[in-house]
Amino acid sequence: MFRAFYHLLLRDLRLAMRSPQEVVNPLIFFVLVVTLFPLAMTPSDALLQKLAPGVIWVSALLSVLLSLDRLFKQDYEDGSLDQLMLSPNPLVILVLAKVFAHWLLTGLPLVIVSPLLAMFMHVPDVALPTLLYSLLLGTPVLSLIGAIGVSLTVAVNRGGVLLSLIVLPLYIPVLIFAANAIDVASVGMSVRGQLLFLGAVLTLAVSLAPVATAAALRITASR
Amino acid sequence: MFRAIWAWIQKFSSPKYFFDMSGKMIPWFAIAAALLGIYGLYLGLFVAPTDYQQGESYRIIYIHVPAAWMSMFIYVVMAISAAIGLIWQIRLADMIAAASAPIGASFTFIALVTGSLWGKPMWGTYWVWDARLTSELILLFLYFAYMALQSAIEDQRAADKASGLLLIVGVVNIPIIVYSVQWWNTLHQGTTISITKDAIDIHMLIPLLLLAVAFKLYYAAVVLVRARNEVLYRDRSRRWVREIIEKL
Repeated sequence: MFRAFYHLLLRDLRLAMRSPQEVVNPLIFFVLVVTLFPLAMTPSDALLQKLAPGVIWVSALLSVLLSLDRLFKQDYEDGSLDQLMLSPNPLVILVLAKVFAHWLLTGLPLVIVSPLLAMFMHVPDVALPTLLYSLLLGTPVLSLIGAIGVSLTVAVNRGGVLLSLIVLPLYIPVLIFAANAIDVASVGMSVRGQLLFLGAVLTLAVSLAPVATAAALRITASR
Repeated sequence: MFRAIWAWIQKFSSPKYFFDMSGKMIPWFAIAAALLGIYGLYLGLFVAPTDYQQGESYRIIYIHVPAAWMSMFIYVVMAISAAIGLIWQIRLADMIAAASAPIGASFTFIALVTGSLWGKPMWGTYWVWDARLTSELILLFLYFAYMALQSAIEDQRAADKASGLLLIVGVVNIPIIVYSVQWWNTLHQGTTISITKDAIDIHMLIPLLLLAVAFKLYYAAVVLVRARNEVLYRDRSRRWVREIIEKL
């Protein structure tokens, strides 16, 4: 079981390494969207600081959303998804491996470039650790919930807009708490509560989302 | 005992039996809804006392609150039917869920519109980013997501299963969304109806409850009409539907 997890994870990482552009593109998109905001208004220090948490998090949300397709689309088209479902290993574990690989390739890079964006948006230094923590705890949830959406829409023609319609409402709690944590941290207050809540949401998502994803994949494959 | 119940469920959930039975039930629901609705509105708009703080404009509560209750009630009904459809493979349950979605979305929309009309004289603005308004808006998005997924998948069986799963995921998420949205300080008045303390005059409460029941009966009537259409459409190539059509 753990071997299956490990091998599937390695496979996905290896596949991604062969077309690195796919990993880099969402990242560039993330930086680009954040850059648009200061350009769209008169960038005063105070205003940027006020908007920073929301802008950074909404951009992260959109960038993860754009990369979700990669999670199952290719596997669905070349038939390896059917192979995965035929395997004797529990589908939940395999889903978890795929989602983890997806997070390593999209969520983690976002965390790594976020200090740069914090600088762009004049996030005060005291809030920087909170920004990193919120992204570390929040982006896996985005991948996990997104996996449910992708597995429901992967067989639908032009499912992109549909996917965002399904997934974005479910992202709202993460957005609220993560952005609020950065906001609160900027004025030097404790963000324990917000981070604990994000941790709780992550725990819940890790334990339930793969089950829903597996069920959704079976429905998709039954057609 | 269980076998008897199961046999009854099997019988009732057969599309033909449902079509006949629901045809007989619809007029009763519709008449009861109309009578209760008219009586409730009369009591609410003419008999109930004027509010000491909000004057006459509070009377929109008689539409707003029952509609908001229905918006959540219907979503839960849909999720339960979807779960029944997924677990016991009862087609009729999926049809009920599909038939309910536009009704639920309409009630959500009505709750939002009446709420914002009420908000203008009370808060001085049509829209505030308050916890309940926001979660009601998100609920509307969840309805839209369900309907979008339902219509995007061509194979009917797969569409039912996929959108049913989405409903169940949504039900798990709704409490989380509601609590996280409550993070903000809220402008919305607190809960009016509560069992333990009476914050509302009994003469105001009775019409509200009458209308809440009337809305539920209205939903029962309309969902049956819509589900009947759904049954006919999905079974359009079956013989029993042909026979009905030939009789026309």
